[in-house]
Amino acid sequence: MPEKKNIILVENLTKKFKEFAAVDDVSFTVKAGEIFAFLGPNGAGKSTTIKILTTLLQPTKGKIELNGESPSQNRNAVRKSFGIVFQDPSLDEDMTALENMQFHAFLYQVPKEMREKRIKELLNFVELWEKRNNLVKTFSGGMKRRLEVARGLLHHPKILFLDEPTLGLDPQTRQHVWQYIQNINKSEGMTVFFTTHYMEEAERVADRVAIIDHGKIVAQGRVDQLKRKTKTNSLEDAFLALVGHKIRDEEVNGIDRMRFIRRMHRR
Amino acid sequence: MNTIYILWLRQIKKYFRSRSRMIGSLGQPLLFLVAFGFGFGSIYQKAGGGNYIQFLAPGIILMSVVFTAIFSGIDLIWDRQFGFLKETLVAPVSRLSIMLGKTLGGATVAVIQGLIVFILTLLVGFRPVNLLLLPLALLFIILTAVFFTSLGIAIASSMEDMHGFQLIMNFLVMPIVFLSGAFFPLQGLPKAMVVITKIDPLSYGIDGLRGALIGISQFGIAADFLILAVLAIILLLLGSFLFEKIQA
Repeated sequence: MPEKKNIILVENLTKKFKEFAAVDDVSFTVKAGEIFAFLGPNGAGKSTTIKILTTLLQPTKGKIELNGESPSQNRNAVRKSFGIVFQDPSLDEDMTALENMQFHAFLYQVPKEMREKRIKELLNFVELWEKRNNLVKTFSGGMKRRLEVARGLLHHPKILFLDEPTLGLDPQTRQHVWQYIQNINKSEGMTVFFTTHYMEEAERVADRVAIIDHGKIVAQGRVDQLKRKTKTNSLEDAFLALVGHKIRDEEVNGIDRMRFIRRMHRR
Repeated sequence: MNTIYILWLRQIKKYFRSRSRMIGSLGQPLLFLVAFGFGFGSIYQKAGGGNYIQFLAPGIILMSVVFTAIFSGIDLIWDRQFGFLKETLVAPVSRLSIMLGKTLGGATVAVIQGLIVFILTLLVGFRPVNLLLLPLALLFIILTAVFFTSLGIAIASSMEDMHGFQLIMNFLVMPIVFLSGAFFPLQGLPKAMVVITKIDPLSYGIDGLRGALIGISQFGIAADFLILAVLAIILLLLGSFLFEKIQA
């Protein structure tokens, strides 16, 4: 069987805010069709990496390619190649589910003749078609997340980025969300790149894992490889063995510091 | 064009869905119209100024346009705080088209608001002197709306949260409105005030609108139009520049 191509390529990626390196010389690849978990404690550099990969932030240095295109050279081609579910809600709560989907379809130039069919297909897929005309502000957290997943898939992306997609959801909804994502990964061969703090989820769904701490990749590979390497029985134990047990009070300060430096940097 | 259209449509839909915002934003111009219009009306008339409602109405119309337009900036901060802006910033579209869509949407809402206040002024006795010049009046309302929506978006692009916006309202927008000649004639002012009114962009909007609606203009309608159009283009460019710099 021919080896699958690298759909995400990251080489020596660094992002500095003044002297503070939020992402420090990070390299990894993700193969087409893989489910790849990007794990790390709070403030480790996960969200900054996702922001760089999704063109929201410019890297300080390093090479990135998504679906064979460089964000610095062909930003719009890169943007068309991925869908994203952000860590924080990003729906317009004063619009209906259908309007949120239509808005996204316009932004991503989904052809008119395909638009309504695709929206119906996806809202049915996440079981929200019946609620399509309800304002999003009337939805539960789980319904909003499902809608965001459907929206992220609307333009047939090759890669789906999920930044803590199940944060704050009950176990049933988390299971449902992962079911949708795994189904779409299998049926369309879509690559999934996600971050999470739920290690059991990562262990269950990820083909490969990378662990980042203090802006650096500390380990990457299949879950069984990481467990063997750390002589542990679960991904959670492997994770703790790699990044330590200490509660990251200093990391909270690290996030604040990073945000402060970013703010000052912008001025 | 699709991007501009969908962002414009979103602003319009949100405006018509938010009845409380629509009605609430009419309260202030109505209060000014009644309190100032009838309160100072007799003094203004005795001083030989004529009908004060006739003089005041164009100022009140543009005041409501300015407040509504500048609040488009708050919409942007809101979108930023609640994550919706990120959805548009990662889309394969130019930031210029996003900014234009938001500006045109905000400006359209401000124009609608101005037209509603115009109808209110008719109810309290305001009468345009030349109906043929109404399209020209509309042009001044549109230019003022574009200028102040762009200003609101330019300011909001440089802000991370709502806290500073009130400061902007108190120290920038209120002086712009009160020193523009919306409530008093520009003739016979002290020299310092003359300078201030001349650097106040709203002075040209109000002067032009007054020229179109009641036939009285201090600077001349052509000059008003030219200055306001140039300023609107500059602010549109500035807004685009600052919007381009937003980091999610």
